[in-house]
Parts: sequence; C-alpha cells; structure tokens
Amino acid sequence: MTELASTTTETEILKRTPLDGLHRALGARMVPFAGYEMPVQYAQGILSEHVHCRSHAALFDVSHMGQFSLRGTYAAAALELLVPGDMAGMAPGRQRYSLFLNEAGGIIDDLMIANAGNCLRLVVNASRKSIDAAHLAANLPESVKLVEHADRALLALQGPSAAAVLGRMCPETAGLAFMQVADLPIMGITCWVSRSGYTGEDGFEISVPAEEAERFARALLDQPEVHPAGLGARDSLRLEAGLCLYGQDLDETTSPIEAGLAWTIAKRRKMEWNFLGADPVREQMDNGVQRKRVGIRPDGRAPARAGTEIAGPDGSIIGVITSGTFGPTLGAPVAMGYVKRGHTADDTPLDLMIRGRAHPARVAPTPFVPHRYAR
Amino acid sequence: MSERRYTAEHEWISLDGDIATVGITNHAQEALGDLVFVELPDTEREVSAGEACAVVESVKAASDVYAPLTGKITEVNGIVAEEPALVNREPEGEAWFFRIKIADRVAFDTLMDADQYKAFLETAA
Repeated sequence: MTELASTTTETEILKRTPLDGLHRALGARMVPFAGYEMPVQYAQGILSEHVHCRSHAALFDVSHMGQFSLRGTYAAAALELLVPGDMAGMAPGRQRYSLFLNEAGGIIDDLMIANAGNCLRLVVNASRKSIDAAHLAANLPESVKLVEHADRALLALQGPSAAAVLGRMCPETAGLAFMQVADLPIMGITCWVSRSGYTGEDGFEISVPAEEAERFARALLDQPEVHPAGLGARDSLRLEAGLCLYGQDLDETTSPIEAGLAWTIAKRRKMEWNFLGADPVREQMDNGVQRKRVGIRPDGRAPARAGTEIAGPDGSIIGVITSGTFGPTLGAPVAMGYVKRGHTADDTPLDLMIRGRAHPARVAPTPFVPHRYAR
Repeated sequence: MSERRYTAEHEWISLDGDIATVGITNHAQEALGDLVFVELPDTEREVSAGEACAVVESVKAASDVYAPLTGKITEVNGIVAEEPALVNREPEGEAWFFRIKIADRVAFDTLMDADQYKAFLETAA
C-alpha cells in the first residue's frame, strides 16, 4: 500500500502556529502545508469533522494565512490599482472577496479585504504571503503603509451553531451579517471578527493576538457544539461549497473570467478598467475564453483527483480536474476543473480518465451543497 | 488452519492450500483514515508480486494495494467496494480485498510473519 499522491517531502524548517501545542494535545495528525506544520485531522477523522461542521460547529486553526493591514488616506484608491473590486466604495465594517491580478490578467492570489475603519485588513493565502507582500510593496505608494500581522493567530468557527456559540461569549457578534467585520472584545481580548468563512456554512473568522490564541481556542472548544477540525475537512467542505483553492483551482496563468470569478469585477471598475491586468481581462469578457472552470459530479463512486484528465464524447482530452474528493455531505464524489469552451453547460457529459479508464461524469452547478450564510 | 504473513506495503496474506486471501493491515487503515472508495481487480486477472491491483481512497488521497504474490485473481470481496468503511472497522477480518491462486508457496514463506511485521512497524515508526 503506497500513497499515490503523496505530499512533497519538505526539507525546509516548518513553521508552527501559536496553536501548535493545542493541536498536539488534541491528538492531531500534523502534515506540512505551505511551509507550516498543520493539523490535517484530529482523532475523530476527516469524515466526522466534516459532518460535525455541517451539523453543529467546527473550529479550524488558519493562523498560517497571511494577515496584513494597509494604512494611509489613499489606501483604498491605491489598492484599487491592484484588485478589480470596489475598494473606495466599501463602507467601514464591510468585507469583500477579491483578487490580485498580474499584468496578463492571471491571478496572483485570492484574498479577503475588509474596511476596518482606520485601515484596510487583508487575509491572504499562506503559500502566497511573501509574493503578495512583495507585490504590494512594489506597487503601493510610499504614503500607504503595509503591516504584516505575524503576531496574530486566525481561527475559523464554522457551522450552523457558530453564531449561538460566539453570541454567548460576545452578544455583539450576532449583529454582524455575512461579510461584515468588527473589532470586538471577547474574553477581554481585542478580536478582529469577520462573519465569513470557507465552508459554505455560517460562521466567523477571528483574529486574536498570538499569545491569547490558545486560551481563546480552548474556550471555544469547551462549548458543547464545537469540535476541532483540520485541513482535511476544510478542503472537503470548501469543495462541496464550490469555493476555489489557490494553487489548485487558481494560479497565475488563470484569469478571473476562466475561473468564473467575473463577479469580483465591480461595476464601476468595468467602466474604468484601470486595475493591473484589466486589458486582457476586458478582452476575455468581450470575446469569451477558451476554457472555463466548472463543477463536476462523477456518476460512479470513484473520486477524480487533481490532475485527472477530462475527455469529451469523441475521446479527445478537453480539460483537467483541479480539485476532487469525496463529498461527505453528498455521500458522493465531487470535483471541479477546467474544460474547453462548448463543454461548460450544466449536465454536459464528460469522461474522467481515472487510472486509464473512462469514468462518466457530468458538468454540475456549484455550490454542490447550498451555502447557508447569514444574509 | 491458514497461515498469515505480511508485506512491507502493509498487506496481510492468509494462505489456505494454494489460495491466498489478501487485505490491508490495521496499521494501514489507521494511516489512511476514513476510507470512501475501494477499487478491486477483475477476477481471472494474472498478477505478479508487487503489481498494483487495487486502490483505496480516503477523503484526502488515493493509495495502491499490491498483489503480494504472483498468481491469478480468483475472487474479490464486493462488500468492501460497496462499503469502504468496513475496511476501517474490520481490516484484518471481514474486509479482505481479493484472493489469488498462487503457483509458488516458497514466495509466501519469505514474507514477514506477525512478529516480524510488528518489529517492522516499530522500526518504521
């Protein structure tokens, strides 16, 4: 028995999050991920952690992600030159999902941007932290100050019970709607709270000072509804929710139009077209793209993993799977991938070439499991 | 009375006459985590020792299961394909994968016995 898709052997020294001790105490299985030792699962196992998040609440350590803030009178205007979203028009207390694009319109990273009132706060992918920081430093004027909050941990409390749990500890959190943010005191800790997440469920992402992270996490885990969950469940949850993972579903050669993320381009920005990468993106919007990201449901039970080739009705290769797993909520495999123009409509039959054999599948709408955000 | 042997790839083999029954060890199922898919070989297939002939998948990853001995697949356990979780519950019992009719008993004798496999797990840990 040998793992077919094993994780690359890391020779570098792996970093640990402020919750490393807690993970080990909880019996987590630690794996290398984006330069960190992270819990892939706890004793309960991925299936159970996944199901618990959909039925109650799960706590994830996402401290490996990059937390930045931008300060300066012109921070929003300056950031608009690097993202296609409406930053200048984003009210204090609001958050948006956005993209850093390169000159060719390729995605450098996907990220969350919040207006915290006196600054903009960014949460970026762990694997892209240094690239994003360099990109910002190279493109922002000197009047905009970039700070990395490496001294803060980030926790995600996700699931239908998340609001009740956090509401017991801090009633003000109940007042936040999906994609709203606030700085709130919880257990005497100044928390940067955002009502958002990466599971498709209602929930919060909470930034706390590193030295308070374990006390805060233990208090959440003491709540009867909350179980810890690792990166394994986080991946199957986000895939069921149809959400992209940078490095798999998105990369520097993929445009927002190909990725089905044209909705991140704000109306006003589509009149100005003045963000980095705007010209190629505009050309693709006008003339269409050769390939698009779609959701895929295999007919059988075999999961199609990232890298699996997709064949059309004539047997020719028309695309590739970029994320694929077994969806515990559906009890069936789910995937997403890129297919050639002409094969993107829902219900289009495809063949997934798994271990040399064609496995029938269909293009399917995403999310595979409906989002349950607190609108 | 059947004899049981083990491979370094964490398969167990139980020999009854010239029929070897093959499954994955408890250590293997623990390392894999919750199994969600099992693909079994076709019966009548001729396999060589060390040849990948079944696949087990957890939520996270797919892994090969190898034929520990050369021979012909005579039977597969369809129950594990129907219910992969059985492999987590009964790895060295009900959840066998396939049976091979072997030609060479000597190859079986060279595999690890229970004590050797236990020692192997300890050195590998």
